[in-house]
Amino acid sequence: MASIQEIQAEIIEEFDVFEAWMEKYEYIIELGKGLPIIDAKHKTDNNLIKGCQSRVWLHADHQDGKIIYSADSDAIITKGIVAILIRVLSNQAPEEIAKTNLAFIDKIGFKNQLSQTRANGLSSMIKEMKLYALAFQNK
Amino acid sequence: MIDGSKIRAQFPTLHQKVNGKDLVYFDNAASSQKPQIVLNSIARYYSHDNANVHRGVHYLSQEATCKFEKTRTSAQAFINAKNSCEIIFTKGTTDSINLVANGYRSILNKEDEIIISEMEHHSNIVPWQMCCELSGARLKIIPILDSGDLDMEAFESLLSEKTKLVAITHISNALGTINPIEKIIKETHMVGAKILIDGAQAAPHTFIDVQALDVDYYCFSAHKMYGPTGVGVLYGKEVLLNKLPPYQGGGEMIKEVNFKKTIYADLPHKFEAGTPNVAGVIALKAALEFITDLKIENITKHEDDLLQHAIKELSEISGMQFVGEARKRAALVSFNIKGLHSYDVGVLLDEMGVAIRTGHHCAQPTMQRYKIPGTARMSFAIYNTKQEIDNCIAAIKKAQKMLA
Repeated sequence: MASIQEIQAEIIEEFDVFEAWMEKYEYIIELGKGLPIIDAKHKTDNNLIKGCQSRVWLHADHQDGKIIYSADSDAIITKGIVAILIRVLSNQAPEEIAKTNLAFIDKIGFKNQLSQTRANGLSSMIKEMKLYALAFQNK
Repeated sequence: MIDGSKIRAQFPTLHQKVNGKDLVYFDNAASSQKPQIVLNSIARYYSHDNANVHRGVHYLSQEATCKFEKTRTSAQAFINAKNSCEIIFTKGTTDSINLVANGYRSILNKEDEIIISEMEHHSNIVPWQMCCELSGARLKIIPILDSGDLDMEAFESLLSEKTKLVAITHISNALGTINPIEKIIKETHMVGAKILIDGAQAAPHTFIDVQALDVDYYCFSAHKMYGPTGVGVLYGKEVLLNKLPPYQGGGEMIKEVNFKKTIYADLPHKFEAGTPNVAGVIALKAALEFITDLKIENITKHEDDLLQHAIKELSEISGMQFVGEARKRAALVSFNIKGLHSYDVGVLLDEMGVAIRTGHHCAQPTMQRYKIPGTARMSFAIYNTKQEIDNCIAAIKKAQKMLA
């Protein structure tokens, strides 16, 4: 299993191929379409992440010392972004997730691309994922 | 006749590339761009005339005061108010509504009712909820019909001798509906109630005559009508404003202060506590002149042409679902495309240099009425062109292809 660092490096490399943001979006949309859908029973108001312009549901399970995330969004670009976050953080140990620095977001140009409101949405998603990690870590 | 290129040349912000594409600005209902004369007015104030108003005996203060008060006269003429003291400068429409709603807290009691509608902007909902909470008055809501028109029959059945105030938008920012305010005002007055009109969307697009309308309060914002942010107007009938308690206490709004009793200033200063946005108010005059010089009927005509063109072109897009198809509509169109989230459309359009608004447009109850999370909204101003609409439509089609 690849480490968080290795997966981030992979993603940076993948995004490096694209010159224009339009192409990056195409890729993000494709990733969004491939996101494993969250189980309907977890699509509750309780699992909604606050602070996003579109609705995002996030659920986490603890299996064999690792966290498995599942998510969904009603907007496909958001879904693609969550899919990338899940690819990086899912199936990792809680302590790794909690302490990780998601440098790839900056490297693929996301930070500059996102407006303040959208960046806040992304921060909320990461925060929620890390909160799950912290909760499982203390179990 | 409107000379589009001549008008566009006056707006520096329009001449830029966004993400490598010529900017198409269709978020005018949120805030319009500013013509050079407005920018010059702001720059001139800070470079030549800067001083506090109404206080100093010195030259600069008098110059600033004189220009500040000239805007009041311009605003009075713009909406045909009877008296210049009926023009109160505020921070914007939200502030204007809050000023009135705050005053009604001590006027109303638990027997009284306020009527608003389901298509109001949050700015014309929340202040009244706060007013009701503190006064005990009840809030009644006029529903919207599927078309986006107000349910006038429901309005008439809500009206009673308990009604003390009706607060309605002139033009809906989310649906584009032009409400029949003449009729609403007449019917409101028949039960002895007062009426406030939220004119934030109307002031840049339509002719307003507060005396002919016989409206009690009318509110609008400078920044949606080619003027600066942070300035708005509250028009109120003199007799009503005199009865309304002051909103904020402070400098300028007093005649005499002592620790036993403070005597408030006369209109309009009673409602203008503290140092106002002097530069903004002065620049509002330039914005009003910009509109008056072009003639509001020319602006209405131009924007209506754009709207019809946009509706026609949008109708060709598969899965197009218009939100709000009222009988009379102003310069904006709200829509969703089947299977797509407006957020995705907005993000991709931005990447193609097209600025539209997506989301709930600060009108969540309106969105709840239609059971949708939001819409995409194109809203037009005098400087927009049919070519820009065509570019936007092409961008929407491209986004649709990518997202499908």
